[in-house]
Amino acid sequence: MPDIALSRLGKVYPGGVRALDALELHVAEGEFFALLGPSGCGKSTLLRTIAGLETPDAGSVSVGDRDVTALPPGERGLAMVFQDYALFPHMTVEENIAYPLKLRKVARRQRSESAARTAAELGLEDLTSRRPAQLSGGQQQRAALARAVAARPDVLLLDEPLSNLDARLRLEARTFLKKFQRELDVTTVFVTHDQAEALALADRIAVMEDGRIRQVGTPAEVFRRPTSTFVASFIGSTPMNLLPAELAEGAVLAADCRLPLPSGAQGQAAGGGEFVYGIRPEYLRWSASPLPDALAGTVSVVENLGSAQLVTMECAGRTVQVVVSEDHDPAPGEPGWAAPRSDRALIYRDGVLVGAEESRVPA
Amino acid sequence: MSRPVGALLRGVARYTLLALALAFFALPMLWLASAPFDRNPRVTASLPEFTLENFRRLWENPHAVNSLASSVVLAVGSAVVVVTLSALAAYALSRVRIPGRDGLLYLLLLLSSIVTGTAAMVPVFLLASELGLVDSYSGVVLVLSGGLLPAAIFILKDFTDTVPRSYEESARVFGASPLRVLRDVVVPVVRPGLATVGVWTVAQVWGNFLIPFLLLRSPDKSPAAVVMYTFYTEGGQPDLALISTFSLLYSLPVVLMFLFVSRRYGFRFHGGIKA
Amino acid sequence: MAATGSSTEPEEGTAPRAARKPREQDAAGLGARRALAFVAPGLLVVALFLVLPALWTLYLGSTDYRLTGIPAVDPQFVGVDNLTDALGDDGFLNSLWLTLLFVVGSAVLGQAIGGFALAWWMRERTGPLRAVLESLVMLAWILPSSVVAFLWIAYLDRDDGTLNALLHTPGAAWLLDHPMLSLIVFNIWRGTAFSMMLYSAALGNVPRSHLETARLAGAGPLQQLRDVVFPAIRGHVLTNLLLISLWTFNDFTPFLITAGGPDGRSETLPVFIYQTALGSGQLGYGAALSFLMLLINLVVAVVYLRLLGRKRKEERVDEASPARGRQAGAEREVDA
Repeated sequence: MPDIALSRLGKVYPGGVRALDALELHVAEGEFFALLGPSGCGKSTLLRTIAGLETPDAGSVSVGDRDVTALPPGERGLAMVFQDYALFPHMTVEENIAYPLKLRKVARRQRSESAARTAAELGLEDLTSRRPAQLSGGQQQRAALARAVAARPDVLLLDEPLSNLDARLRLEARTFLKKFQRELDVTTVFVTHDQAEALALADRIAVMEDGRIRQVGTPAEVFRRPTSTFVASFIGSTPMNLLPAELAEGAVLAADCRLPLPSGAQGQAAGGGEFVYGIRPEYLRWSASPLPDALAGTVSVVENLGSAQLVTMECAGRTVQVVVSEDHDPAPGEPGWAAPRSDRALIYRDGVLVGAEESRVPA
Repeated sequence: MSRPVGALLRGVARYTLLALALAFFALPMLWLASAPFDRNPRVTASLPEFTLENFRRLWENPHAVNSLASSVVLAVGSAVVVVTLSALAAYALSRVRIPGRDGLLYLLLLLSSIVTGTAAMVPVFLLASELGLVDSYSGVVLVLSGGLLPAAIFILKDFTDTVPRSYEESARVFGASPLRVLRDVVVPVVRPGLATVGVWTVAQVWGNFLIPFLLLRSPDKSPAAVVMYTFYTEGGQPDLALISTFSLLYSLPVVLMFLFVSRRYGFRFHGGIKA
Repeated sequence: MAATGSSTEPEEGTAPRAARKPREQDAAGLGARRALAFVAPGLLVVALFLVLPALWTLYLGSTDYRLTGIPAVDPQFVGVDNLTDALGDDGFLNSLWLTLLFVVGSAVLGQAIGGFALAWWMRERTGPLRAVLESLVMLAWILPSSVVAFLWIAYLDRDDGTLNALLHTPGAAWLLDHPMLSLIVFNIWRGTAFSMMLYSAALGNVPRSHLETARLAGAGPLQQLRDVVFPAIRGHVLTNLLLISLWTFNDFTPFLITAGGPDGRSETLPVFIYQTALGSGQLGYGAALSFLMLLINLVVAVVYLRLLGRKRKEERVDEASPARGRQAGAEREVDA
């Protein structure tokens, strides 16, 4: 079970769109790895380049100790599940699962047994004689997974694995997928535009923008210490508050409030540049009475999130969002204070995290 | 008071129009339903003295039986040529970047709607003479295929464009060679499109009169369309029993095909089955 | 040789979710060489039996080529003489006029209006009456032309025809006294099905909510037709008119019914060309006439494609509007 190494990978589409820009990436053995980014960032192209469906203009792709850059997709020892599953509509589930084995000239009997076993592993044993069109979305996804793993690939690639499922099913499928990957213990790379999916599933995430990787890290690293304002605003179901700021003697001035200097930026903030103060709504502590070292403002909108509420506050012409527990009861028009957790607050200089070099995230 | 009267009048007017429309479309066809079963058919449509004798007599007429066989040969031959060649071309045009592709397709389509059999009958006749294709089935098949191919390619390319590429990519990732991908995945998936184009070609060729009329000289090769014409134009009193039964038998296949296609595919390519 | 169906209509919103941008992908890994080998045989047949005849028409039309005699062995180049001859030939001008009558009377007026009326009537109706009418209209369209030709010869027969029996007009010789009128009525009967189907499809695409909005605003049926339906199906009307005109113009069925007679009074252009080139053997002159016919076809087809192109452009402008924009955004989302 090998690792994947991409080196100086480049791809330019006709018309000059740079889909991949001298990209370096290493996916470790057995890792569940996410490629995350907005539409058109090149993540699908990257996955397809690993699969061999796209040919890079520059650089190389290695799987294990083999350089596979010039190999056709079928000889790379990997399997892929497509966004629309690509189950062949004219074959039954069993025939679909057995198809990769058929291509490897496995005898009919063995192939059928092996397909039945794989189908059973994925809970499809009662559906093997059906056609894909007769399956629900979740069953189709599992059939596609079964087909992908039937030939015991070295590497599994998944393109937007959950995007074709409806919201309710998606959560269930997510849990299933994570468990399945762990049990199978196969190096897996998947593409998603949904940050929550990437955070929930992946061991590590690469956040991409414009054909480049902006940050690679564990979900916790990417969530807590996004190294750029791009990543900061992309990750998190409620985006991070990013306020233009000034630095002064161990403190930050943002939205007309004086806040303590974040611990990660201590002693790093010398010199010029445009500063931005970043704090996630989840890391602000709400108070209806004045607090020191807090953002002060007026509540404009309250949205109920179920067990919590999302409060939007106007602070000196800036908008700040705070996740407030159900113990409080803010109402529009009332004043409010929000105190940041200083170990979670971040300072960006010209869009880049101050003190990023210190973190464990490779650049 | 006036409202119900107005509504009544409108209703009467509507149903009168409807009855006229029904009569307009039904009357010319009545004869086709009655005469074949009439012991003594006349030109007028009337209740038949029922008999199946006419069909037995038709069966004994060598021209009639031969001509239906010719029609089958021409229709099947053209369908094989058109489906095979258009499927290959449509797939390549749909999936591989060929420079000037869209222009080429439009040019072909434009040509096929301009260069109709009637407008090009003189050169088609001469071309067939030059190539020694006069009085041969292959001449008719090739000329008809040349006219049908552009539209067939266009229809099939449209169809192939809607087939997700992920099918082929998926098979390729599993290690299938390009030709294997075509055989295992593409052909089965586009089969409804192939069937539609096949049925469309058969229907077109089955009813075509002009090209076989121009190119086939010997009467025993003439397809039903031409023989039908000679039945009522050549020599003396037309044999109405023969003509009516032959018409019915000759029409039946296209009607059945039409029913099949509209049932099966709900007439997706409406207007496609006949020009 | 047949014209296409309406499958050339630009279809909107039918692309499946998984379809990517129009960016071509050689998904099966065919390769350029094999792709060319796939395209070549089809193109060869088309080139030989469609393109070559068209070009040949051009060459033949400028010679005095005949089926028999000296010019058959050694045709002479006569330049545009054939064309100028044609323009001074009463027979040709007569046939052109008759063809115009045929196209305008049976296609533009008869089939288009009749087809729309039928489609409109059937729009929200089900039941046996609709099924019967629809089947009859379709049947008239799918029966082979030599069969329907004889059906009409029998129907209009002077002595014994069903029509005369119904109208109590024994001895009325419709095909001799009113040959063009007979052909026009025949062709309306024959071809209305296509317009009916095309308009039915078009009407099915007019959003119900638009009609309901108009009705809520107090529009009557005619106002709904004018303000909601026609603007929505303009493109289909255009497609339909041009296709049926082209087909009717090139239709050879009149030959099967009247063979141009009596005295050339129903000799439409295709029939006239056949009689000239193969009937009396003047292949060169016949080819010149064919060339004129091709030219007319070309003008109609080019006008059609240009109008279609303009419609496409308008649609593209539409996409910039907010409602469309949102949809496009949603599609892009899937793409990534």
